[in-house]
Amino acid sequence: MPETTLITAAEGSVLPRVPVGDWVDTGFDWLKDNFDPLFEAVSDVTESAVEGLTEALLLPPPLLFAVLLALLGLAARSVAFAVGSLVGLLLVQSMDLWEEAMETLALLLVATVVAVLIAIPVGIAAAKNDRVSAAVRPVLDFMQTMPAFVYLVPAVTFFGIGLVPGIITTIIFALPPGVRLTELGIRQVDAETVEAGYAFGSSPAQILRGIELPLARPTIMAGVNQVIMLGLSMAVIAGLIGAGGLGSVVVTSISRLDVGLGFEAGLAVVILAIYLDRLTGAFGRTDQKSPLWRLRRRKTTTAPSNATVGHPAVADQPTEQLVTTSPRA
Amino acid sequence: MPVLRVEGLYKVFGRRPDEVVDQLSAGASAADVQASGATAAVIDAAFEVEQGEIFVVMGLSGSGKSTLIRMLNGLVRPTAGHVFVGDEDIAALDPKGLRAVRQQRISMVFQHFALLPHRSVLENTAYALEVRGVDRRTRLAAAREALEMVGLEAWADHRPDELSGGMQQRVGLARALAAETDILLMDEAFSALDPLIRREMQDQLMELQARLGRTIVFITHDLNEAMRLGDRVAVMRDGRIVRLDTPEAILADPGDEYLERFLADVDRSRVFTAGDVMSAPVAGADGRPVATAVTVAPNTPLADLLEPSALSEAPLLVADDTGEALGVVTRGDVLAALGGVSSGDLATRGDTTDDPQSLESPRA
Repeated sequence: MPETTLITAAEGSVLPRVPVGDWVDTGFDWLKDNFDPLFEAVSDVTESAVEGLTEALLLPPPLLFAVLLALLGLAARSVAFAVGSLVGLLLVQSMDLWEEAMETLALLLVATVVAVLIAIPVGIAAAKNDRVSAAVRPVLDFMQTMPAFVYLVPAVTFFGIGLVPGIITTIIFALPPGVRLTELGIRQVDAETVEAGYAFGSSPAQILRGIELPLARPTIMAGVNQVIMLGLSMAVIAGLIGAGGLGSVVVTSISRLDVGLGFEAGLAVVILAIYLDRLTGAFGRTDQKSPLWRLRRRKTTTAPSNATVGHPAVADQPTEQLVTTSPRA
Repeated sequence: MPVLRVEGLYKVFGRRPDEVVDQLSAGASAADVQASGATAAVIDAAFEVEQGEIFVVMGLSGSGKSTLIRMLNGLVRPTAGHVFVGDEDIAALDPKGLRAVRQQRISMVFQHFALLPHRSVLENTAYALEVRGVDRRTRLAAAREALEMVGLEAWADHRPDELSGGMQQRVGLARALAAETDILLMDEAFSALDPLIRREMQDQLMELQARLGRTIVFITHDLNEAMRLGDRVAVMRDGRIVRLDTPEAILADPGDEYLERFLADVDRSRVFTAGDVMSAPVAGADGRPVATAVTVAPNTPLADLLEPSALSEAPLLVADDTGEALGVVTRGDVLAALGGVSSGDLATRGDTTDDPQSLESPRA
């Protein structure tokens, strides 16, 4: 390797110039040279996944699809939310941004699924093992604080301009909260409840599945929600490298200094974001009062509800009569 | 053969635990080894628990009782010593063997109930059987039966957070009963409940125990509870079992000042029974002295003797189920027992019957 990678004195400074940038360049070149087939395979798979999903999302008539999304909102939350999201989605259609919005949604969904599939197992491992936790934390800090635009450059080197680098950068940028909140959620599960699981002879896998994950669900879902939100903001930035969707509309508006177009695209992003946020937020709550939840609840508890004995205090009393020692008068 | 046998059991947290065990077995105290950075939680515990017994471990917080009970089912690994369940040594089992023992031999009830909030009461109760791989129909039927035992069958389809604390702990108890293990560990099981509910739970536990005859190891910091429930009581202090005897024997002769101070607060009227305080039947009586109008069973608590004693000039007759006279209880016997006057010890320890519940009328 040439001398450029060696440490030389920096101009006008007592400190040597550490050529971090050169090293990174070299590293990326090496990866590119040696793993090109791998990158191409990843590229093909993700591209076909996103394109297929985009087509699927655009397949139903937009009006019908907006109604379906609103109904999903009704099931998960409330009537007000359903009406609000229907109005918002119709506005996106009337601004003639529906196709772009669906492209962004497809990109976001694929990125979210991949990010969650990585984040949850890593989060579980970090919660179970302090060393994993200590090793993962600085990596997450790096991923989260490195300016988003910096990711775009190496992604383009590996995958070229287009959809795929957009997805990869979105995944990297959106991953950290998923890991962090999964770890937090599992660490916060009541220790005595976990102990009870062990005391009845559960295996670690049974405890994870039956106790830790269900009890950590609200926190994990908050993490998934954050993954989606960060993913959406990155998916728009990825418009800069040709990822398409609402991001490309934003880029166009910047290049043309078209305030109106930029605002419309921005508004469409906001509508999408609020819809997704409220929807995923609803799945994380345990005290759900959504219509769907009430329906399910009614089905499981119809039988005993009529025969219920009354207040807890009433049911507490009969035991008093069960005392063993009874003197005979 | 005892169901549970503990031999030379130690638990030391911190550095070089084995060396610390050697020091402790040579006579060092927990405070001595504390200086070297190790914490001795349990020191040289040894006892046997028989089938059908309620064995209470009593101690203040930090006395090592929680660590001790967790070594009985391997939640905490002993540093040294043995825990035999039947003829299996818990301390020597691998994780798989340990899981099998926990599934089949030992279940546990927890201080803060430790129920799963996302499952119904019924599913919570069936948890142990689910872990064991029992099919759904069988385990839910068994769980329903266990809920009936604790009087909560009507709440089967509710979530734990819809129940009061006492009811939640009865679910905890039902979950342990449904496991059908012969040993039941209860870790401060009633300590989080308010006093009235706690008393009810104690009554219910004794009633269930009379029916089911499980072997129970019960941990508590409440001396009244220990004295009330225990067939035998082990008193722990600073990691060591300092006394192991029946409640009556401990009350009659505390042995050291530490115990004596605690015993001052015990409700004697609930611990002693007619059988404990009676004197020999009146001489010359042919089984049923004429002077005695009131008959009581030998297991009647002292608290329930107060009213008949006050109303009857003559001593109370203590007779067993067949009506055979065992002895008599005079007012003097009652007062002496309440005052803690025994074995030539004439020092008064103060009247401890100011607990209003001990003045209830006898249950007829």
